[in-house]
Amino acid sequence: MTWLNAALQGILLGGEYALVACGLSLTFGVMRLVNLAHGDFAVCGAYLALVLSASLGMPAWYTLPLLLPIAFAAGVALHLAVLSRSLRGGVLAPVLVTFGLSVVIENLLLEGASANTRSLDGGALSLASIEIGDHIVISWLRLTGLLVALLVLGGLQALLSHTSWGRSVRATSDDLDTARLVGVRVRPVFATVAGVAVATAALAGVFLGLISAFDPLAGGTVLIFAFEAVVIGGLGSLWGTLVGGVALGLTQQLIGQWNSQYAVLAVHVLFLVVLAVRPQGMFAAASSPVALPGTE
Amino acid sequence: MSLLEIESLDVRYGDFQALFGVSLAVAENAALALVGANGAGKTTLLRTVAGAHPPAGGRIRFDGADITAMPPHQRVRVGIALVPEGRRLFASLTAEENIRVGAIQAGPHAWSLPRLYEVFPLIARCRHRRAGLLSGGEQQAVAIARALASGPRLLLLDEISLGLAPAVVDALYDTLAELRAAGTALVLVEQDLDRAQGACQDLVCLLEGRVVLAAPAGAVARADVVAAYFGTAS
Repeated sequence: MTWLNAALQGILLGGEYALVACGLSLTFGVMRLVNLAHGDFAVCGAYLALVLSASLGMPAWYTLPLLLPIAFAAGVALHLAVLSRSLRGGVLAPVLVTFGLSVVIENLLLEGASANTRSLDGGALSLASIEIGDHIVISWLRLTGLLVALLVLGGLQALLSHTSWGRSVRATSDDLDTARLVGVRVRPVFATVAGVAVATAALAGVFLGLISAFDPLAGGTVLIFAFEAVVIGGLGSLWGTLVGGVALGLTQQLIGQWNSQYAVLAVHVLFLVVLAVRPQGMFAAASSPVALPGTE
Repeated sequence: MSLLEIESLDVRYGDFQALFGVSLAVAENAALALVGANGAGKTTLLRTVAGAHPPAGGRIRFDGADITAMPPHQRVRVGIALVPEGRRLFASLTAEENIRVGAIQAGPHAWSLPRLYEVFPLIARCRHRRAGLLSGGEQQAVAIARALASGPRLLLLDEISLGLAPAVVDALYDTLAELRAAGTALVLVEQDLDRAQGACQDLVCLLEGRVVLAAPAGAVARADVVAAYFGTAS
């Protein structure tokens, strides 16, 4: 039963990883932007929730309707001001620019919020749990986290599949040059994608803060797990990202059940194995950029 | 007045110059064939008109307005649509989704989906299949339909018969004749000289980025075109 409990915890944790990773998957899939500051955006989201909930005197949950639009707007502004320029500078420029952003954000947070470890107050939900038998305990908070991740991924998938915005995003992802020539305005498409990515990162950061703790330098770890979820799942597939996140969470919890020393190591080993055996990921979209056949 | 007027257009890719002082005009509802060897600059010329490359010199006017610096999506909006070389469909989108992306900047004369399916019954049958899985002929039909979905007054067609069976090409050219009848002007890049001369009333031959021959398609002798094509004319 303890193993079953570990597996359930792994799945719940995986939802959290997938939520961080989906923004990363989206920006890479559409804009070919490797965003090394993505984890720091999540941490910024957690700090923003901390500030908002302290100043408004309400639990972190209730700040979301304010926090998500702010994060979306910040993503759009960041794209228009910084990322769009860096994308014009070749393959390496965005990597360097987002790495620089990451350093700047971490140091600003250290300066402004000190190095103390913080966590967010989730109100009554933080402590509530469902107990099944003696060994299975499911925290409502983690369950909510998984459901929110499913909702976000499903919502994004629906937007991509069924709206004009989604068609423009997919067309741009398939062939940027042709999308431009048939009338897609690429700048607003990229800017909204960046906005969605930052908003989902911030949302994931809030859950990070509610479930565990964060400090100004937590972004790096968040980024590594997000990257691994994206690569395991396959680029360009949101459901693949979910599976990737769950694979990471399961590995971490099951190995941790055996020996907690090796839990995180096992996650990275799983990532390396997938990269070696199936570098396109488990669920690479049929037309991922790597697999796209020549046009002639 | 001409619908499209190009005046002494220069286009460069870095140090390499692809077009040298190209001038040509396409009248409303006319069809112009653009011929020339590989690397003569035909594709570059069409892509520049569609807005892919900012020219290094010269001017492009459309319907009397200077569009030299206009971004591509606005050119689609005013009525210029490109059917790119190699079709360039969005492979992960279905045939119908490709067409709907083409309709994003739809103008007042945009072709509706039902009307497109009427003209291209081929697409109606495969509309929900991914573009990457379609046959060459189906892909080319979708590429043309995607361009028509914006309601162009000028359609730029880049080697639409490349790699297709002759029967399929015949069907496509029949469709082009219908487009002409509906009032759309065409610029047609075509390797098959007979088809080009048959479908268009004007012919321009490019050689190494320069216009070497511009004449009514019906009046020019095949030998003259061949000489211009290979640069063997005196």
